[in-house]
Amino acid sequence: MSPDLVVHGVEWTVKELFVYPNEFIYWSIQIVMYPYMTGLVAGAFVLSSLYHVFDQKGLKDIAQFSLVFSLALLPVAALPLLLHLQQPTRAMEPLLTPHFTSAIAAFGIVFTTYALIVVSEIWFVYRKYFVEQVQELKGKSGIANTMTRLLYQVLTMGAYDVSDEAIAVDNKAAKILAGVGIPVACFLHGYAGFIFGSVKANALWMSPLMPVIFIMSAVVSGIALCMLTYIIIMEWQAFRNRRSADKSVQIHGAEKAVVFEAGRYLLGFLVAAITLEMLDLIFRGYTAMKSWDILRSVMYGKDFFNIFILQYTLGNLVPFILLLLPKLTIKRTVVALILILFGVFMMRWNVVIGGQAFSLSFSGYMHYHIPIIPHSMETFKEGLFGALTVIAIPFVLFSIINKFVPSLRSH
Amino acid sequence: MTCSRRQFLKDTATTTLAAALPVSTMVFLTPGELKAAVENKKTRWTFLVDTNKCVGCGMCVKACKLENEIPYDAPVTRTWVERYVITKDGEAHIDSPMGGRDGFIDDKIRDEVIDPKDITKAFFVPKLCNQCENAPCVQVCPVGATYQTEDGVVLIDRDWCIGCGYCIMACPYGVRFFHPVTKTADKCNFCYHRTSKGLEPACVQACAFDARKIGNLKDPDDPVAKTIATKRVAVLKDEYGTKPHVFYLGLDENVR
Ligand code: SF4
Ligand code: SF4
Repeated sequence: MSPDLVVHGVEWTVKELFVYPNEFIYWSIQIVMYPYMTGLVAGAFVLSSLYHVFDQKGLKDIAQFSLVFSLALLPVAALPLLLHLQQPTRAMEPLLTPHFTSAIAAFGIVFTTYALIVVSEIWFVYRKYFVEQVQELKGKSGIANTMTRLLYQVLTMGAYDVSDEAIAVDNKAAKILAGVGIPVACFLHGYAGFIFGSVKANALWMSPLMPVIFIMSAVVSGIALCMLTYIIIMEWQAFRNRRSADKSVQIHGAEKAVVFEAGRYLLGFLVAAITLEMLDLIFRGYTAMKSWDILRSVMYGKDFFNIFILQYTLGNLVPFILLLLPKLTIKRTVVALILILFGVFMMRWNVVIGGQAFSLSFSGYMHYHIPIIPHSMETFKEGLFGALTVIAIPFVLFSIINKFVPSLRSH
Repeated sequence: MTCSRRQFLKDTATTTLAAALPVSTMVFLTPGELKAAVENKKTRWTFLVDTNKCVGCGMCVKACKLENEIPYDAPVTRTWVERYVITKDGEAHIDSPMGGRDGFIDDKIRDEVIDPKDITKAFFVPKLCNQCENAPCVQVCPVGATYQTEDGVVLIDRDWCIGCGYCIMACPYGVRFFHPVTKTADKCNFCYHRTSKGLEPACVQACAFDARKIGNLKDPDDPVAKTIATKRVAVLKDEYGTKPHVFYLGLDENVR
């Protein structure tokens, strides 16, 4: 096809019945990834705050980890937006000339505020550790040691006071930041919900419940991912420990108590999320506005499998039962967590793609075929591999950050 | 360097404040203020479509594509013509192949042959940007690349659009698309480059049947303004509160 005929969206959109000529699936997989990833960020932070603010001692281990993990997730919340822009080089414009009637305009501001909170909280939590590292590395020679020491020196930002009072102040500051962080994290994500919920042209998105639904499912997915990663890393360490000859350190793997405690919070938020989604669905059916006919045909017809089987049954109901049945084991928890993460992803999918599954004319449908094998930059960015790249990055980042800011200390 | 923690926090706070100051000196016009500024202007471009006169020849679509450099064979277009065929069972069969660019020469609708005996009525409806007074596309653009001029037309700054697609999602009429060459949002602007020079939009000029007209709603002597004031006209999808400014004569309830 000649390049001036490559119209954004044509590649993956299949139209059925009457659809306006210019309608295509303009918001594709990366816009599914965007709320999914911000959701994970927000959820991870909320989990860490449960310990820092509400003193849920049982969550101490996982809280430290969640905090650092939410830092690793942070850049990835903005990446999908960048990847989906048609003019990515202009990505800074919303910060330069924000047009505040737009829900997206404040993204940069909210995002930066949130990033600052996370970074400073981590700083307060880890400052003592940084200082210790500097002192420990002081006498040692060698390029690597000098470099590492230099890095930690920068990280302390010149604050070397580790007296008891100073540490107490640190803890207090961390607590305050964690407290302030909760509403900001919720805002960051509720705001993603607002971006969709406020589009009055879209019959599926337009709902004042959207931001709240987004927050609840965000917390669910964030907690689930933190628990899952925590379990995997701890079990892996335990496994390696069993293999190694050195028996002086004992690593036990994931602490059951920690996991089950976090699991209880997960269940709570899951119930809230499902209740809200059901309320939204029932309300739409009951009020049966003009758009209900086409919405119903999408939800109960074309997208039935995606919505009711994959999202609600496999992604919500099954893990719910798995977590509630007596004699919960770590293995069963892992299965439930994976299903929950999948369920939340399907929820994002059904909102973003499902919202574009019908024409604005209410007389036709559009089907999304995600590009699998990329043959151009666009089909890479907005295809399976673009999405996988986005998913992989936080884990890479975490492994780097965790080298300098260890969040998983073995007992 | 050693500095006390208190000093460090203090310095940080000062720097943040200093950085935030310039932002507070900027002036942002509220939509109300903007509207007030617009309202006492003498021009409000308005469109009038007479669906009774449209024969579905597609000349307007052709003219628009050429005039506004929308790649001719790309499946996007700034204006299009829809064909409605209503059958006895009350069903509306609608299509607009290539936006109606080549006219409606095939009597099949999406490969479906409709028996002429079953048809109760059939007509054509041209569509274009409604230059909404309360335009959601303007509201949602995060960088202000979509904006409304004083004479009511909504324009897009191709040098500033980041290509987020929010405006495309926000328009209830589906008139927006990404231009395949500039990779920015695009839509009809009543041929602003022509109207501001006193010329008619390309589609209006191309229509041999007078189905399309442009006029100034603020001028009581303007023929279009007169028609809108005295005849029974309708707009599309007014339930969205967009205050569209493309008026239709003979609009059928089946039109989407
Ligand atoms: S018709 Fe659509 S693109 Fe045109 S002004 Fe209204 S909302 Fe904007
Ligand atoms: S695509 Fe361009 S014009 Fe449309 S909202 Fe985004 S920046 Fe504004």
